Amino acid sequence: MSSLSRFPVIVVAALAGLTFAPSLFAQEPIKIGQFASITGKEASLGQSSNNGTMMAIDDLNAAGGVLGRPLLLVTEDTQSKPGETATVVKKLISRDKVIALLGEVASSRSLEAAPIAQAAKIPMISPASTNPKVTETGAYIFRTCFIDPFQGPVMARFARERLKAKRVALVVSNSSAYSIGLAKFFREAFAANGGTIVLEQKYSEGDKDFKAQLTAIKAAGVDAVFNPGYYNEGALIVRQARDLGLTLPIFGADSWEAEALIELGGKAVEGAYLCSHYSPEDPSPRVQKFVAAYKQRFGSTPDSNASLGYDSVLVLVDAIRRAGTTERGALREAIATTRDFMAVTGKITIDSERNASKNAVIVQVRNGKFEFVQSLTP
Amino acid sequence: MSEFLQQLLNGLSLGAIYALIALGYTMVYGVLRFINFAHSEVFMVGAFIGYYLGKLVPEGTLWGGLLVLAGAMIGCAILGILVERVVYRPLRGGPTINVLITAIGVSLLLQYTGQIVFGAAPRTFPPIFPSANFHLGTLTISSNQLFVIGVAVALMIGLQLIVFKTKIGTAMRAVSLNPKAAQLVGVNNNVVISFTFGLGSALAAAGGILYALNYPSIDPLMGVMPGLKAFVAAILGGIGNIPGAALGGLILGTVETFIGGSQFSTYKDAIAFAILIVILLCKPAGLLGKFTAEKV
Repeated sequence: MSSLSRFPVIVVAALAGLTFAPSLFAQEPIKIGQFASITGKEASLGQSSNNGTMMAIDDLNAAGGVLGRPLLLVTEDTQSKPGETATVVKKLISRDKVIALLGEVASSRSLEAAPIAQAAKIPMISPASTNPKVTETGAYIFRTCFIDPFQGPVMARFARERLKAKRVALVVSNSSAYSIGLAKFFREAFAANGGTIVLEQKYSEGDKDFKAQLTAIKAAGVDAVFNPGYYNEGALIVRQARDLGLTLPIFGADSWEAEALIELGGKAVEGAYLCSHYSPEDPSPRVQKFVAAYKQRFGSTPDSNASLGYDSVLVLVDAIRRAGTTERGALREAIATTRDFMAVTGKITIDSERNASKNAVIVQVRNGKFEFVQSLTP
Repeated sequence: MSEFLQQLLNGLSLGAIYALIALGYTMVYGVLRFINFAHSEVFMVGAFIGYYLGKLVPEGTLWGGLLVLAGAMIGCAILGILVERVVYRPLRGGPTINVLITAIGVSLLLQYTGQIVFGAAPRTFPPIFPSANFHLGTLTISSNQLFVIGVAVALMIGLQLIVFKTKIGTAMRAVSLNPKAAQLVGVNNNVVISFTFGLGSALAAAGGILYALNYPSIDPLMGVMPGLKAFVAAILGGIGNIPGAALGGLILGTVETFIGGSQFSTYKDAIAFAILIVILLCKPAGLLGKFTAEKV
């Protein structure tokens, strides 16, 4: 009986061996872990970023992988929830034994993952978290986007020069590290440019009613409203502002850039401004090639998060190639010494604070699309 | 002054929704002496039924909107009755704490089933009713806000009529007063309890639709905060007391809105709940409740 019951196991093992034997790569794949908000509140951002990441991995594998080994992406969903990120990141490190981590878009969740990656000495590259604290966690944490101390002054200059706004009201989420940080950098730069922040209203992530805050803003008489926050609340804020008869310019930052902003906001978000990491209208062949390939695969125009997700893989793989190994310490050194690396969102140099410095782009919602307005530095 | 009126209007329309949900908590408590924590998820399911039905009727028509509203109310009434029949009834007669914990379980079950069935990403609720904005000086009144207050008041009057003028309402009050005695005089307790759950769930569905009309982004976890606030409103007004629940909802919505529009907007929820504590310290049975010794 016992020898009989073992029989099918041997057959299955032999069959499995047969299927894997003729595989293109004889070498063991390089495992890269990704944690992204595939579902939940910020799913729109996470899915874009995930699309870009997947595309980069497939492109590189089609070109023969790196160091003669294929790349294997292990993706975990953070469900846009605090707490979940720590769980999935620990799983990626201890169970999947990934050599590096890619993620997240939201700063709050990158901040949750960073200490874990740092403690395990696994290099982590955040594609799009702009809060400066993310990379301050330690020497193993990097990012491929600009940071809020850069973005805040950019939006302050935009409000002052293009919108000619002197008096601005802020609507800030007090439960998001990104929102609080960005509001602070905007406030400082705007005051330095001679503007006044007339009032600052607070909300929490997941709130749906902003009429109270907006009514107070309406009564205060300001030139423009700035919401450093995510698209879910942003869309409802703009909608309710228009319902209350507020016709002044309203602008957000890079976390407004999601198709869902336009879906949720409808006609109300027409004319709203926001900040972005790149523009798909950039005529450079590098960008156009990426946009065409992305459109063909996913049927939509890649937004910033898609291109940043793509770039995070390129930066990591370039470092693996230069290091010639996937050993953690050597890989960290190689990422830290990335200089003038041409990626989709521009030329990436990782500075001594492990951030990437690049130009910001201002876009406006016109006819249900994000359209390029201008390229800007602080 | 116009800012004050605007905030009052914002607060009343938010409070009217809290009141509708609070009624469900208070009715079930009145009849069964237990808090149905799954009630806030019935509110969420109501909004989602409205979302799917809203795709079948033309947008922005009164009859289409009313049809969606009625459909969601019937759907949720069935859900409420089913939950009571399948989950709570077998536990009836046991310790109250068992039913209470089960209610929390049902609440979580519905939330996470919702995430699988509806998906976790927020959806845009269709504008099922015609809407317009009126301007009175600097005051902006949206038809949705008026509609919310109007429907809430109409449903509350309807509920008062059912409870005090109909036979089933008399039976509800009898079961609430003394279930055993009610049974002795020929009241079918099971029918009355099912009816109570159905009625409360239908009101929660109406609350869900009205909430989604005003704040058109719905997700499976949308019931958690409004549900908690409505629960507080029910306690504030005196749990088990129907006009009390309505009053509690309106007070909570208005206070929250006024604080949200002030410089203390950070502490919006904290201050609203602090007021609750103060009221309960001064009047332990709530604003309109009568104090009775309670064993939990």
